[in-house]
Amino acid sequence: MESSSTYFSGFSLNDLWYLGEAALRTLWISVLAISIGSVIGIFLGLALSVSRVVAFTLGTILDIFRSVPLIIQLVLFFNFAPIIGLRLNPFEAGLIVLIVYTSCYVANVARGGIEAVGQPMRRAARSLGMNYWQDLRYVVWPIGLRAVFPAWVGVALGVLKDSALVSILGYVELLKASQILMTRTQEAILILSIAGAFYFALSYPISYYATRLEQRWSQ
Amino acid sequence: MIKISNLYKSYDDLEVLKGINLNVSKGEVLSVIGSSGSGKSTLLYCINGLEPIQQGQIIVDDIDVHASDTNLNSVRQNMGMVFQQWNSFPHLTVLENVALAPRIVSKLPKAQALEIAEKQLRHVGLGDKLSKYPSALSGGQQQRLAIARALAMEPKCMLFDEATSALDPELVGEVLDTIRLLAEEGMTMICVTHEMGFAREVSDRVAFFHEGVIEEINQPEELFGAPKSVYLQKFLSKVKK
Ligand SMILES: Nc1ncnc2c1ncn2[C@@H]1O[C@H](COP(=O)(O)OP(=O)(O)OP(=O)(O)O)[C@@H](O)[C@H]1O
Ligand SMILES: [Mg+2]
Repeated sequence: MESSSTYFSGFSLNDLWYLGEAALRTLWISVLAISIGSVIGIFLGLALSVSRVVAFTLGTILDIFRSVPLIIQLVLFFNFAPIIGLRLNPFEAGLIVLIVYTSCYVANVARGGIEAVGQPMRRAARSLGMNYWQDLRYVVWPIGLRAVFPAWVGVALGVLKDSALVSILGYVELLKASQILMTRTQEAILILSIAGAFYFALSYPISYYATRLEQRWSQ
Repeated sequence: MIKISNLYKSYDDLEVLKGINLNVSKGEVLSVIGSSGSGKSTLLYCINGLEPIQQGQIIVDDIDVHASDTNLNSVRQNMGMVFQQWNSFPHLTVLENVALAPRIVSKLPKAQALEIAEKQLRHVGLGDKLSKYPSALSGGQQQRLAIARALAMEPKCMLFDEATSALDPELVGEVLDTIRLLAEEGMTMICVTHEMGFAREVSDRVAFFHEGVIEEINQPEELFGAPKSVYLQKFLSKVKK
């Protein structure tokens, strides 16, 4: 925030740097949330496919997290964490909530992937002598991934955008930085356009790479 | 080779197998016929350890399949299974489909696994499709691919579960020819089938399943020529229509 110590009120190159830095923070918290949340989500998805009892109880919990708006989860968690003795800064609190949020969505995607592979295919794999993990690694993973990859990309892009909500905890990511600059410069349209362009620049490589990958698989 | 004694199997409350006793000797081809829901597939799943059993014993090649200290994965390596749906791995080429299990289950070096795979694919007449993906194959070819995939583990016996009933009629022949070839080579096999002609011609014995028991088992000429059980008589008259 050193850059804002110059009390220049128009939009300057420094401000662009400031937004760029904030975009990196958006990227950082999103990449962490997406990668950790995806790993957890995959295991949750596996658990969902194990038994009906697990699917029901776990499924209900996941439904709760998916139906309560992220912004409410963020505020609740940030304010309740100190009560249970967790001293978290906005980044940590935001990251934890985003990870949980991502895992809930990825869990459903993963379950869809496992179902797409299907019991008969897995029995065929097991009948060849593969153990549970070999079946997962060499059959369920590659086949299921191809089936639900577009859905996973959708979740990832969603998390990237939804990470903007972490700004209400005071973490200065792209949206928060834009708000700060807008208050100072009063140039809302310009700054929001730049912020939008940054979001696009962060998302586009993901969609581009995803499409390429899907094309390669479909050959 | 395969000894089944007093086998009981239920799914939750539904009792599907009610006291099966059956011996299949080495090199024998046993066909299993019977109406839908009589428990034919379930029997194969139990032999292969894909389904747990409630009572009785299944011994394959001197190993008690359902004993608690049995490693099912190694039992299954000695038993090939081919299903009604061919279940080819869509993300792998034909050659890789067959080489996968030798490589990761038998832990063979890649070159050797590929060599075995190629040999088995030629065996079932798919030598010219090695680098194709399964989606480019007909149902009959995919079913032969499934047979090659099972053979690549060099099993001591093969279990076929209605290997031809999901196929278009004109593709049934090529798959039956492949199974016939294995029979001639002396492979021990249990074939669940709806193809009465095939059962009659290829099998050493035929077992007729009815409501979870082996209602009648005999050599094909006797079983088809002079069925004793009334249920079998009914079943055969329905099939002939
Ligand atoms: N996984 C399962 N859970 C519960 N019931 C099952 C399951 N698999 C099979 N059954 C039931 O067990 C009975 C026997 O099924 P099975 O598939 O062994 O019959 P089948 O003789 O192979 O019939 P088909 O000729 O139709 O293949 C049927 O009533 C079926 O509904
Ligand atoms: Mg069946």
